[in-house]
Order: sequence, then C-alpha cells, then structure tokens
Amino acid sequence: MWNLLQIEVFKIFKRPRTYISFVAITIIIVLIQLAFFSDGNAYMDFALSALKDRFDINGKLLNGYFICYLVLQMLLIHVPLLIALVSGDVLSGEANMGTLRMLMTKPISRSQIVMSKFIASFIYTILLLTWMAFLSLVVSMMIFGTDDLLIFNSDKAILLREADVFWRFVAAFIYGAIGMTTVTALAILLSVFADNSIGPIVGTMSVIILFTIMTGLDLPFFDFLKPIMFTRHMLAWKGFFNEPVNFTSVIKSGCILVGHIVVFLGAAILVFRKKDILS
Amino acid sequence: METIIQVKGLVKHFKDVKAVDGLSFSVNKGEIYGFLGQNGAGKSTTIRMLLSLVEPTNGSIQIFGKELKGNRSAILKSTGAVIEKPDLYKYLTAFENLSIFARLSGKRLNTSEIKSRLERVGLADRAHSKVKTFSQGMKQRLGIAVALVHDPDLIILDEPANGLDPQGIAEIRNLILHLGRDLKKTVLVSSHLLSEVEQIADRLLIINKGKKMVEGTIAELLDPSKMQLELNTGNNAYALSLMQAFDGVRNISNRENSLLIELHQQQIPHLIRHLVNHNVEILSVFSRHSLENYFLSLTSSDHVEPIAN
Repeated sequence: MWNLLQIEVFKIFKRPRTYISFVAITIIIVLIQLAFFSDGNAYMDFALSALKDRFDINGKLLNGYFICYLVLQMLLIHVPLLIALVSGDVLSGEANMGTLRMLMTKPISRSQIVMSKFIASFIYTILLLTWMAFLSLVVSMMIFGTDDLLIFNSDKAILLREADVFWRFVAAFIYGAIGMTTVTALAILLSVFADNSIGPIVGTMSVIILFTIMTGLDLPFFDFLKPIMFTRHMLAWKGFFNEPVNFTSVIKSGCILVGHIVVFLGAAILVFRKKDILS
Repeated sequence: METIIQVKGLVKHFKDVKAVDGLSFSVNKGEIYGFLGQNGAGKSTTIRMLLSLVEPTNGSIQIFGKELKGNRSAILKSTGAVIEKPDLYKYLTAFENLSIFARLSGKRLNTSEIKSRLERVGLADRAHSKVKTFSQGMKQRLGIAVALVHDPDLIILDEPANGLDPQGIAEIRNLILHLGRDLKKTVLVSSHLLSEVEQIADRLLIINKGKKMVEGTIAELLDPSKMQLELNTGNNAYALSLMQAFDGVRNISNRENSLLIELHQQQIPHLIRHLVNHNVEILSVFSRHSLENYFLSLTSSDHVEPIAN
C-alpha cells in the first residue's frame, strides 16, 4: 500500500494540471494582498464608518489576520472547485488514458487502488491548503503585521484579541481540510462511474455550486435536503471566530463531514470492486 | 503436460448482449496459443476475464491450477499482459513508466536493470523521453517491456500487432517466438488476422460471436489436403476443361475472371506444370489454406456453426 501510495503521489505531482490550483491560489491571494496594500486604508475607513460614529477605534485593524480572514471567506468556497480538478481525474483520467487496465493487470486489489488514490488526493489537498495558509496567513502577517482581529457579521462585529487569534486560523485550516477531503471523496466516487474526467470534475463542481446556492437561500423548501447538503457544514470553520466558540456545534459539523467522507469512499470502493473495466 | 490456463463454460453478458457464450479451452505450459476471431468476437472480453478486469457471468477460470476468483493477486504476480493497445502514462518518460509498473508488480529495479530492459526492446536511447513523443510501435514495445518487467511465466498479449508497420509486426512476432521457444514462457496471443498467429502459434482457438468454433494444433487445422487455389489464366475456359480432367482437383468454380479449385498441397506444382505444358498462360495463382477460408467465412457470415476437428 505504501508503495502504491508513493506512486500515486508521484503521478499526481508529475501532471501539469496539478499546479493549476497552486498557481490560481497564488494569483488570487497576491492580488488581494496587493489591492489591500495599495487601497486597504480607504477600504477600512469605509467598512468602519458606521462603527466610528459610536466607538473609538484605535490600533491597526488592517493587519495580516484580517487579510487572512477575508481570503478564507472568499476562497474556502472556491477551493473545492480546484480540488475537483485533480480528485475527479484520478480514476476516470486513468480510464480515459487506458492506463487503468494496465494498472489492473498488476497484483494490487481494487480497494487498494481506490484507497491509494484517495490518500494521494488527500495529500494534494493538504498541500494546497498549506500553501494557501502560508500565503494568506504567514505572508500577510509579514506584509501587514498583526493586531486584534475585527470581524463583521451580518448583525454584529466581533473583536478578537491578537493573542487569541492565531490558533483560530490553525483550527479553521484544519477544519477546512476536512471539508476539502469531503469534496475529494465525492470527486473520487463520481470518478468511479466515468471513463473520462470531464464528468466527475463538472459533476463535483455542480454539486458544490448547487448545494452552496441552496444553503445560501435557506428556504424551508430545501429543508428535506439539509441532511445531505454537506456544503452547509463546510462553512462551520467560521465558528472558530465566534466568541465564545461553540465547540459542540463545530465538532458536530466536522463529524457530519467525516461521515460523508466514509460514505462516499465506501461507496466508491464497493462500486469499483464490482466494476467491469472496459476502457 | 501441465495446464496453465483452464477455462470452462465461460459466459459474459453485457445487459442483453452475450459477448462470450460458453467458452472452454486450455493452454499448456510453454506453448504459444493463438486466440483468433473477428473484431467483436469476444476475444478482448475473454482476455479481460482472464485478467479479472471483467467479472464472468458464469463459468470458471483456473490459472496455474488456482481458481482466479480468490487468487487474483497470486496469479497476477506471475502474469504479464498487454490489452489492446499499451496505454501508458504519456506525461511520464519510458524510464519512469517501467519503474512504476515494476514496483506495482512487486519488483524494485535499479537504474541499470531498467535500462537493460529498455535496451531489450530497443528503447534505451529514448529512456528519458516522455511517452507522448513515442510512435505507436515504440509504445507497443514499451508496453511489452512493462508486461515482462517482472519476468512472468504467463504472458497475455491482446492484438499486439495492432497499428504497427510491417517491420514492427515482424519484431513483435520474433519477440513472441523468443519468449515461447527460447525462454519457455506460456504465451496467449490474440489477433483478428490468421496470418499473424499461424506463423508463431503451437495451437489455435477460433471464436465467433463468443463461441468456440475450432481449436487444435496448426498441423491439425491447416489440412494440406484442402488447399484452395485461385487461378487467373489467359484462357480460363480451356484451363477449366484441363483441370476437370486432372486427378485430385475438387470443387471447381468460377469467380469473376478467376477459377477456384480445391486440391492437395503436393498436387499444386503438378497442376501448374500440366497447365503450362498445355500452353495455358498463367497470369496469377493464389493459394489459401482451408482454415483461412473458414476463418474468412467467419468474418463475412452471420451463421457459422462450430466445425469438428
């Protein structure tokens, strides 16, 4: 299994498309940082204008933590699309290239193939999130410095002390990894059914977009779908930026995501074990 | 003689289509076994079942004396295969492909071992070129190197000459002969062309519409008493009258500008000499084995029954 996993990781990082996600994230984050570096103060003045009438605001609120929070809000909903680009291709791409049948003539079990591809995709996901964390948190902290974090919600503003912020980002990124792994597992499940990578990639993206829209609308009509709308639970990382943090709620959402991962992966293994390889 | 592959009553349905229909055959140790049939006859499906890529609907497969179901990994450790075309990782080099598939087969090769294997198939100088830059023939050779990388006892090659030029076909033929005759490997090679396998196979199996048509050694199947000759002469009417009186000529018929006859292989030179001695100008002569006729009839007829041999 270790041997197979090493090969799968090697194959993923030998494909040019793997780096599209890293390049895309780099461009987006650098653009955000450049924009705030140049016009950030004007943006903050506008954003804080309502508060300034009633509060005396001191300190450097345009700081690395604030930038990282903005990036997280913007990207954690779009990164799944980039994850789908690689995870949706790991099995169906091999079927499309014809390499799956070469792979299947080797003494490796089908479950091992699915598991190794899942773990390799998971490693890719973790590396992508680590890169995102490095750029959005570490680099932003170096450029903009650190201070208290002020977060605007729809009905309130939360001020988190500087010393109490860093762990929240670490927790949010770890939680984000669980959310992204759910997307990986879904993409691999869809990948089992297809003989080309377009279907699973577009399929995964469509499910995420659809569920995100339905989550955002929050209409009673969609209530019957709530249990399977895992995208709702992917947003639970925001819970780490509440004061106090409702750990029960965050952990519950995390467990639901892990449940989805187990179901998606289990279904992928079951289907793949029975599948006739005709590609 | 030890049996390496034993297939009994193999059936495969794809929804309403019966791709393989009660197929039974056996392959003995050290023999080159030709597996013939037109495109869509069920060869690839059978081979995929032998390699457990496709689950049989019914029937049993034993390889190396073990049931395939339940012993897949152990069997595949001693089996090398190329199915249809050898699709490899195009974005990797020949060296990387071979290294990966060696490891997947449970064998770690060092750099010089990989290079020697590439050298064996004439790709040493392209070891570090990406496979996407390879010609079809080079891919085929690399595919065979991948199939042989772990030194298997059983080699299964599905249409190995597909897409190759005549030189490439000759190279593959020689390689198969080398594997069978010199290295004493058991080789199952499929093709839709009789000419490709009759030169190398010890035994042949012909299937049509998933059913076994005929199986036997080349000597058994290529009956020399049933050669078919197609003649085109300067005076077919006169040649026809001469042949009707010639001993051993059977089943004479006219086809467009040619005469078709059946006779024993040894009689062919005598007949030609007889016609020449009677001043018949021979414009062309084509000879075919009865098996080839039979095989051709499989590709053109919808209703073919198995023949006894």
